Amino acid sequence: MINSVKKIDLRTTGCPINFVKSKLELDKLNSGDILEIWIDEGESAKNVPESLRLEGHEILELIKSENYYIVLVKKA
Amino acid sequence: MEFNEEQILRYSRNIALKEIGGKGQEKLLNSSILVCGAGGLGSPVIAYLAAAGVGKIGIVDSDIIHISNLNRQIIHSMKKLEVSKVESAKMFIKNLNPDIKVDIHYERITIDNVVGIMSGYDIIIDCLDTLPLKFLMNDACVEASKPLIHAGIVALGGQTLTVIPGKTACLRCVIPDTPGCGTGPTCSQVGVLGACVGVLGSIQAAEAIKYLLGLPLNTNNLLIYDGLLTTFKNIKVIINKNCPVCSKGKMLSPEEYHITFACRD
Repeated sequence: MINSVKKIDLRTTGCPINFVKSKLELDKLNSGDILEIWIDEGESAKNVPESLRLEGHEILELIKSENYYIVLVKKA
Repeated sequence: MEFNEEQILRYSRNIALKEIGGKGQEKLLNSSILVCGAGGLGSPVIAYLAAAGVGKIGIVDSDIIHISNLNRQIIHSMKKLEVSKVESAKMFIKNLNPDIKVDIHYERITIDNVVGIMSGYDIIIDCLDTLPLKFLMNDACVEASKPLIHAGIVALGGQTLTVIPGKTACLRCVIPDTPGCGTGPTCSQVGVLGACVGVLGSIQAAEAIKYLLGLPLNTNNLLIYDGLLTTFKNIKVIINKNCPVCSKGKMLSPEEYHITFACRD
């Protein structure tokens, strides 16, 4: 798997706060850095990667793991 | 900056915006805005600025609250009758968002105090109720090089213009002479619909927030709102090379301002 510089666990954090917290974490990183985000399946797994993509970041991988998802996002 | 959990929730819909984000929210929290007038326009302006998290809000007003204000001045209430509008506005803000620092100026704006009151603020919002004072505010903003969000309304319609002194047209580029007292109708003469005031006040608040964030503005454009027909018209305006104020970057001489109490309300 791709190496991320930081991991945040946003399971049990709903929409849009999971997206907001992901944005705030990305603010702290440099362009090109990779952030690993753990989110719930369902609505979160659909919305968070799409919202991050719309902000110009690159979704490298969306991996299903048991009942949650791991998003690997590369900061724009 | 590190937002606390409450701030992340409170500002989540701001931060989620591509145009704001965490950095924009931090900018707002570190910014200051002076709202001149805590009446019909000032009410929505103050409410939206406080809700958005503009860190310091200054409010100037010399009036107390009357029941006849309450059709449009939505931050005030029956419990605050006879209380000064600045005090009432401060209580409203503190109840809405304790993050905000509030500075109140319980005084009427005059030629002598206007530049002093606006020092220390990033941007000025004209929510005043008389034409001569609105022109005084425009001139003082030009002299002090402070961005100004102008708006005015009577009955069901009005106008708004954002002024960046030295860069975009000011109010005097459009109307060079100070309208005297009794020029045009006032809200107490012909009435005013609160919801229509709210439309223009909301535009002013959005303009001020966008200015702080470096987003596009309603400059060089007199936006005319007709609340009866529900239409907006854009009238393009340009910097007037012969503008009596912004071509010189200075206020007029004191005798050229015609401010009397006959202009009030």
